[in-house]
Amino acid sequence: MGRHGFRRWLSRYRHYGRQEIRNPERELFLFRKRLWLTGLAMLLLFGVLLGRFFYLQVVAHQQYQTQAENNRIAIVPVGPSRGTISDRNGVVLAQSFSAYTLELTPSRVGDLEATLAQLGELIEITPRDLRRFRRAMDESRNFNSLPLRTKMSDEEVARFATYKYRFPGVDIRARLYRQYPVGEAAAHVLGYIGRINERDVEQLTQSGGLLNYKGTDHIGKTGIELSYEETLHGIVGFDEVEVDALGRAVRSLTRVPPIPGDHLQLTIDLRLQQLAEQALGESKGAVVAIDPNNGEILAMASMPGYDPNLFVEGIDVANWERLNTSPDKPLLNRPLRGAYPPGSTVKPLLALAALTSGKRTAEQSFSDPGYFDLPTGGGKAHRFRDQKPDGHGRVDMHKSIVVSCDTYYYVLASETDIDDTARFMSQFGLGQKTGIDLEGEAVGVLASRAWKRERFSGSRYREEHRRWYLGDSISAGIGQGYNNATPLQLAHATAMLANNGVSYRPHLVKRIIDGTTGQVKEIPPEETRRLELKPAHLAAIKKAMVDVNREGTAGRIFKDAPYTSAGKTGTAQVFSLRGERYVEEQLKRHLRDHAWFIAYAPAENPKIALAVIVENGGFGARAAAPIARVLFDYYLAGKRPATAAKPDDNDNDWDE
Amino acid sequence: MPIRDNFFVIWLRFTHRIDGPLMAIVLLLLAVGAVVLFSAVAPDTGRFIQQMKSIGLALIVMWIVANIPPHRLAQIALPLYLVGVLLLIAVALFGVTVNNSQRWLALGGFRFQPSELLKLAVPLMLAWYFQKVEARINFGNFLIAMLLIALPAWLIKRQPDLGTALLVAASGFYVLYLARLSWKPIFLMVATAVPLIWLFAHDYQKQRVLAFLDPGADPLRSGYHTLQASIAIGSGGLTGKGWMQGTQAHLEFLPERHTDFIFAVYSEEFGLVGNIVLLILYLALLLRAMVIASNAPSLFGRLLAGAITLMLFTYIVVNMGMVSGILPVVGVPLPFISYGGTAMLSLFICVGILMSIQTHRKLVST
Repeated sequence: MGRHGFRRWLSRYRHYGRQEIRNPERELFLFRKRLWLTGLAMLLLFGVLLGRFFYLQVVAHQQYQTQAENNRIAIVPVGPSRGTISDRNGVVLAQSFSAYTLELTPSRVGDLEATLAQLGELIEITPRDLRRFRRAMDESRNFNSLPLRTKMSDEEVARFATYKYRFPGVDIRARLYRQYPVGEAAAHVLGYIGRINERDVEQLTQSGGLLNYKGTDHIGKTGIELSYEETLHGIVGFDEVEVDALGRAVRSLTRVPPIPGDHLQLTIDLRLQQLAEQALGESKGAVVAIDPNNGEILAMASMPGYDPNLFVEGIDVANWERLNTSPDKPLLNRPLRGAYPPGSTVKPLLALAALTSGKRTAEQSFSDPGYFDLPTGGGKAHRFRDQKPDGHGRVDMHKSIVVSCDTYYYVLASETDIDDTARFMSQFGLGQKTGIDLEGEAVGVLASRAWKRERFSGSRYREEHRRWYLGDSISAGIGQGYNNATPLQLAHATAMLANNGVSYRPHLVKRIIDGTTGQVKEIPPEETRRLELKPAHLAAIKKAMVDVNREGTAGRIFKDAPYTSAGKTGTAQVFSLRGERYVEEQLKRHLRDHAWFIAYAPAENPKIALAVIVENGGFGARAAAPIARVLFDYYLAGKRPATAAKPDDNDNDWDE
Repeated sequence: MPIRDNFFVIWLRFTHRIDGPLMAIVLLLLAVGAVVLFSAVAPDTGRFIQQMKSIGLALIVMWIVANIPPHRLAQIALPLYLVGVLLLIAVALFGVTVNNSQRWLALGGFRFQPSELLKLAVPLMLAWYFQKVEARINFGNFLIAMLLIALPAWLIKRQPDLGTALLVAASGFYVLYLARLSWKPIFLMVATAVPLIWLFAHDYQKQRVLAFLDPGADPLRSGYHTLQASIAIGSGGLTGKGWMQGTQAHLEFLPERHTDFIFAVYSEEFGLVGNIVLLILYLALLLRAMVIASNAPSLFGRLLAGAITLMLFTYIVVNMGMVSGILPVVGVPLPFISYGGTAMLSLFICVGILMSIQTHRKLVST
């Protein structure tokens, strides 16, 4: 433009200004023109606004209406109340109750640490609560509401409510808790529930059940709580609530109430159960008691135990370490998953097998030298020893069971094909699942040629590992060698024997009681097998077992019992002595033999059959049989022991 | 009836500086405002009562201002302007900093924001200046006028408070426009202002503009206000959800629902019909104000009344535009409706000035 141009531009305004002075009329006119021009602009812009309103409120109204509704209404799932578990007499073993929890949504809390510190001044928060909270935070996404303090008192709830405005993202909620009032009793049977973790979510997603867990925090992890999860859980309900911008429920619009889970009444008799647990005492071991007439499990004890209450809100590290790394394995459900060599407890069944197959008659007898020599070729022999070095003298089938003569069974085994034996034994449920209504049952081992071939099929093994030797048969002949059985399997087999070859599926749930209507559904006994056995054969075996408790290996234990019982002791070797004589005192405790005892009573009309194992208990008669006596006394005669009958440790003349 | 006559005389004395039509329109707007505010602050009636008290005080101030003749107002223009600028300088030197902005002066216990004062002081000053130089209006005058606008605007901008700076600049600019600054520099000023504003704008302000262009893109942050307000208005439909029935407002989805976003509450509860009623009331207000400006006998009166009219119009359009999502979010209250004592007071001073200009007209002209 340059200097010249600027001057000219400037002069136009001088001129413009001067011109106006001369004409005030025109000046007013021009002012009004400008003013009313803005009026036009106003109308125009108001028109634009009106157009915008028309668009929002008429054209797009439906869309915004929906958005407002979506803003306003939230569907809140309401978890159902979990069913109660009680024993056969109605004693509560597991129950749910509602309590207030202080919960924190990390994503809505600004400074988490500061908030935690401030909350700690208001309400007692233990280091354990904090640890649990942090772990829950690691496991979940932070927009979830996580419990910080559980089971708040009314006073604490009131105190927090006063200062709630200072804590955005912190709320009080009523939550359902699980409680196991009897603590460690029957812990392995009941199992426990725990917070739903990622693996549970994955499983629920696969099974399509995730929706039903929208309002639930816990799920069964083991035991009955796991196996009957579906029955106990119930069906989720929904609250349609009006929420404000912070997601707080303002009022309830409609409600689909949750359907509470069903209650379970177990077949367990808590008093018998606790008696079994007390009788085991400090020992590791297991007791399974079954009603032979219907398969109801009356007691299923596993020691040492644990308190399932520890697991409900997430177990803390110290307790978990203690339970998980203990050499005593308190978390192991021994009756269900502990597989032990059955030892001499299989002798009655082996004898029955021999009678049934015709290999032996009850009367056939032989002279027991105290050992059995298995020829190994070249004039050499491997010597299998009896527990009694000098032998039992003249031994027939009856005596072989009553005194638990090993040599009798060495000879029998040497003459019997192992596959025939295995086939017969499998009819009594050995080497297979009993079908109990608990998850995770162990199968055990019932050795046969096929089993050995399969077991040693890997490339690490050669043909000589896979072949079946006669020596294998001899070991199996006294319940050692490869054979393994769980206490549950042995109890089940005993019940089957007591019931003359008729078996019922062992089960823990007696009744399912509808959580809403209270309608009772009885679980009927389920017959699983009916063996064709000769009554004379059964009678011979049973008589021998009665005599075990009368005059045999367990005779002293059952002295003066007000009922007739039948039993068989057993000892499972933990440590192979390679032909050396077993001297208990010379062995460390954990290498000592396991003590077994199987029994049923009353002998003429069995009402209870059981299997007892005391790990490293030594001879079955001394450690295991007294426990059976205590349980029979209570169950059949209503007698409670003054003190749990502890066997005399110096008493060493028990033999098998 | 002497008593009745007496009463009538007293009433006339009391009201002869009050412009009837303007008063009627303002009262109607206040009624609408009271109804909406009651709903917007519910269940907190304390704020509602507070607002009623503010309105009462503002009405008294309006009456006082209406009784001051325009030439007296012209006399205080320069001192008011100077005091305003000095206060702005004081703010810059000793002001209280809140939220990173230095806008407040602490005066014996209560805080005071001088920039509010300038919204009125600048048009008053310019109107007075142009009145003074009426006989020889020229480019130099415009240049001085521009400086008179730029100084306080710049002081406010550096507080920083770009929104108020723009409103203050606009109030001055309206006087320039009405004083018939020719179109070319007007366009030139608008054309240079837009990029300049963008340059001065803070990130959060730019964010607001971007959010305004696409509110759905970031629904929980910058665009949240706009989106929730649009949902409120849109869900109101033709006739609205009914008084006290707005879910967006009562469930607290609407932020600032009793202040800058109160229009969304109104719109949700009274619908398009209610909006049209409100637009008509505002149009009537502006029309009356324009008539007053147009009939004002002095240049000072004309320019001041005109500038006030345009300021009112600006507030209305900017607020409604921002709430309904066609303008970016800037903190401008809705005249006579939004909660806030200071805003109410300055509005009624403006109404008082309009009334003064209108009712003193005959005395001046005769």
